[in-house]
Formats: sequence, C-alpha cells, structure tokens
Amino acid sequence: MHIIVCVKQVPNPEAAFSMFKVDEQGKKVIPASGLQMVMSPFDEQALEAALRIRDAGSDTRITVMTLGAESVRSVLKHGLAMGADDGVLLGDAAFQDGDACSTARVLSAAIGKLGDCDLVLTGRQAADWDAGIVGCGIAELLHLPVITFARDLKVSDGVARVERVVENGFDVVEAPLPAVVTVSNELGAARAPSLRETMRAARKPIAIWSAADLGLELNEVGAAGARRVLDRLFIPPKKGACELVDGATPEEQGSNLAQRLLQAKLL
Amino acid sequence: MSANGVTVVAELAAGNLTGLSCELLGLARRLAEQIGGPVCAVCPGADERAAVELIAHGADRVYAAGEPALADYDSDGWTACVAAAAREARPAAVLIGQTTSGADLAPRLAFRLEAAVATGCVAVAVEGGALRFTRPCYGGNVRETVSFKTSFAVATVRAGCYDALQRDPQRAGETTTIELDKTAQRARVLERQRDSGSDVRLEEARVVIAGGRGMNGPEGFEVLAELARELHGAVGASRVPCDLGWCPHSMQIGLTGKTVTPELYIAVGISGAGQHMAGCGNARNIIAINTDAAAAIYKDARWGVVGDYRKVIPSLVEAIRAIRSAAEKSE
Repeated sequence: MHIIVCVKQVPNPEAAFSMFKVDEQGKKVIPASGLQMVMSPFDEQALEAALRIRDAGSDTRITVMTLGAESVRSVLKHGLAMGADDGVLLGDAAFQDGDACSTARVLSAAIGKLGDCDLVLTGRQAADWDAGIVGCGIAELLHLPVITFARDLKVSDGVARVERVVENGFDVVEAPLPAVVTVSNELGAARAPSLRETMRAARKPIAIWSAADLGLELNEVGAAGARRVLDRLFIPPKKGACELVDGATPEEQGSNLAQRLLQAKLL
Repeated sequence: MSANGVTVVAELAAGNLTGLSCELLGLARRLAEQIGGPVCAVCPGADERAAVELIAHGADRVYAAGEPALADYDSDGWTACVAAAAREARPAAVLIGQTTSGADLAPRLAFRLEAAVATGCVAVAVEGGALRFTRPCYGGNVRETVSFKTSFAVATVRAGCYDALQRDPQRAGETTTIELDKTAQRARVLERQRDSGSDVRLEEARVVIAGGRGMNGPEGFEVLAELARELHGAVGASRVPCDLGWCPHSMQIGLTGKTVTPELYIAVGISGAGQHMAGCGNARNIIAINTDAAAAIYKDARWGVVGDYRKVIPSLVEAIRAIRSAAEKSE
C-alpha cells in the first residue's frame, strides 16, 4: 500500500504572536528572525496516522510531499525522520504565491505522476492560513472520495474506515481506496523522530519536480493560477475597555462581579 | 456564471432550522439587495415544514432533495445536491455555515464548480460591486480580506456574525426538488455517535463558562459546572484541557473547535490566544478570570478579575444566590 502525506511548512504556530509582524502594505505576515519553521502540526498528525497504519502490520510505503522553495526541504527531512520512506519536493519558482486552488492543482498532478497511490492524507488545515481547502481540492481534482476531520483511521480490504469528528460526537465513515482523508488534532500527538530514523533519513531519496515535470502550464500554477486575490491583511482591533473588578478578598471580588452582572441585566 | 442573487445552504438539527442557517439567510438578503437577484436556500433533507420555515426566514426559493436519508450530513450526497442546485440558481455566492459539515462541503463544492472558496468568514460585504470575504488566519491573530477572480464564490461563515431576519410566515416562496445522482455516493456513513453531554447545547447557550490551562486539572471543571447550573449556561474549554484529556474534545471552543456567541462568556484560566478568541470573540460580554494580570484575555474582556478561580467562582455563585433570594423576598 502506498500512502502520500501532503505536508506544509509554517512558522511555528506555538510561538507567541508577538514574534510576528504584519506588513499591511506588502500584505505579508513576517515572522521574527529566529522563529522556527516547522511542519504544520495537523500535517504531522496526518503523517502519524500513516505511520500507525504501517505499525498495524500492513506493508506500507509512505511518501511525504511538500511544495515550496528549497528551504522547505527541512519539513521533508522531518517527515523522513519520523519514519516516512521517501520525499517529493515540488520546487519550481512558478509555484510560489499560489492559493489553495493552484496548490491543490500541483499536488494532485504530482500524486497522479506517482501513479500507484492508495491513500492521500493531509492535515485538516494548515496552521498559517487555517483554510482547510487543499485536501478536499485534491479529492475533487482526482475524482477520489474524501473524508475530512479524522480522529481515527484504519485501512483493511481496500477500504478506509474513519471516525470523523462532528460538533457533538463522531461519525463512522467508510470509503473505498484510493481515497483522501484529512486528519484532525483529536487523533492525538504525533511521534517525535527517533535517533535511528533520523540517521536513516539522511539516505532516503527526495525527488524534486517542476511544473514541466508534472505537465502543468505556467498559467495554471502559483500566483498565475490562483483564483483568490488578497485585498487586505491586518491585525484585528482589540476591544480594550476591560474594567478590572477589585475586592479586598476573593469573596468581595465575587460579590462585586455579581453586582456588575446584575446592573448589566445579565442575571 | 452570471451573478444571480445569493444561495444559502441550510442545516437542520432535529428537523428544525439551525440558528446559523437563519443568520445566513439574513446575510444573503442584505447582499442580494445590493447585487440583485433572489435568495435561494438549499436544504437537502428539508421536508415541507422546513421549506416553509426557510421561506419565512428569507428564502425566495427552496431546493430540497426530498430524501429523508439526507437529513443528516452526507458528504457525497450533499455535495452533489448543492452543486446541482447552484448550477440551476447560478448565484454570485453560495454561503454555508462554518460547521464540520460546511467545512467539508464548501471546498468540494468550489472545486466541482470551478469557483473559489473562503472558509470560516466573519464578514461578507459588497465593495465596489465585488464580494469581499474577511476571515481569521494565523491562529486567529490576523484577519485577511479576499476577493475572487471567478464570477462565482463559495464561503463558510462563522456563527454569530450576522442577525437573522424577523420570521415572517406571510412571505411567499417556492420549492424545487433536486434530482440526485446516486452513483456519486462513495463514502458511506455507517454510524453516528453523539455525546449524551450536558443539558444545554454549547452553541445555543446564552451563557458559556469556559476553562483553560489555568484550571490545572479536570477537577476544576466541576466548579465551572456549578456556576453554569446557576446561570443556566453550558461549560466549554480552550484547546489545552481537551488535548490533555481533562474534558472531551466536543467542549473545545476556538479555531478548530466550536464557535459560540453567547450573551455572556466567562473565560476562566484562559490566556486568550488568538486561536481561542476565534471561537468566542463575538460573545456580547466577556468576563476574564485569571491569576495572570498580564494575560491577553483582558484586552478582549468587558470585566476582568485577577484572582484564583477556586475562590472567586464559589463566592460569585454565593453572591448570585443572595441577589436572587433577596429579589424573591421583595416580590
């Protein structure tokens, strides 16, 4: 079985937001220098789901795939150190500044080029733009069934069986392979790379493909192929009018707070 | 596609229109007044009663699949049904609620119809004749406003951003049944497991009390439940307590959890990270209770208490009881 896990490099989302600046003129989020670039945590959990399928005993090849400049190679290395078998770097200057649509187009072309894919996994959304579009986009472009927000994923007899998170519980959903599954944080923590896998990762192959390798026209990819126009990027204003409710003791604080609620007709 | 009004995808809960669906109809009417054309509602599982309600809340035309099996969300069935309705209605935009169903449906629909999509929007407006969509990103810390090169857009909208219209049973509208292509069905829902959970649904609650990392363990949520009982509210949580197993993930409020818009939101031991505020920032009144006076949550709060919740909340409960019993005596 061949699983392809699509991963994205993002500025460490666990970092305090004071580490970021927003350039409203240039419409760019600028991470402070020294802020670590990491694999988006939801994508890490998608790779974890693939590794669990392999751990369960099926003969599985896991490919990690990413799109970006040469600097995104580090997320592939991380994926290989977690246990993936090989990597694909979709590295073409023409891919830059795309939107979810042009990105899904490139990823699905690359998945098509690999040819023998049984399962495509992605995180439920990337931790930078938080959009959650690309996974479903790949499925639609490749005419594959898709199941989103997996908290558990098992594969047997050519069928993916997913526990899909919904507002007040979960659905059990099945789809025939090949299929696309997006993974949610409820899956649980991803494993850290082991020393042994990290040593082995250095020898695992990484293929680098351009638009021409994928048979894509330059007007289909990157900024040229995007349907989205970013008009404005800004930090939302804070309300900033907090009244601190004081009191000599916690009892007095509680009582003063109750008075405020009473006055505001909230009781 | 040429612009022709706005289409809404409506969801039902136990046969009734959800509050968010009514909000979307309200938004769609406002947008349709500016760009022209009708407001249509697609509700795959709608029966006659639901169709009447959709019209009363602002729809000129209702598309139903006439398939009771589609009353609950089914990804393939709903995508096929909404795509068919959108091809017929040819709207400028399809608006969908930002729920686990909507977040699944919207991108599939957009790719199928060669449209563009914006997810989790907090504002949709017409500016210079074009639709613009504003949404949180970067863990709720940043907002982006986007527009699209395509003539047709899909968007999911968060709860509590727009008001529903006053229900008007006199409004007129018509219903169309969509013919469904059943061969499109590949992913099958085998089972739907639901939490028995609390009495008050988090998304519908007028008062929400949420705990965060500062709860320091699962026991503290009992203290919050006591206050919730007093205020007829529901208890929620930020991401950390859910990830640590202090409470179920279904209680999570935030970017990857639920969006709540109560009258009163009491955030206890919650720092106020953008990803959490993305799920509660539209609450009418926020109270922050935290031991850290420098916590970001105070910037979003109307009232703040710096102190230990284990002492402050029981005394708040006592004070509320005292106020209530005094009011009863004076009556």
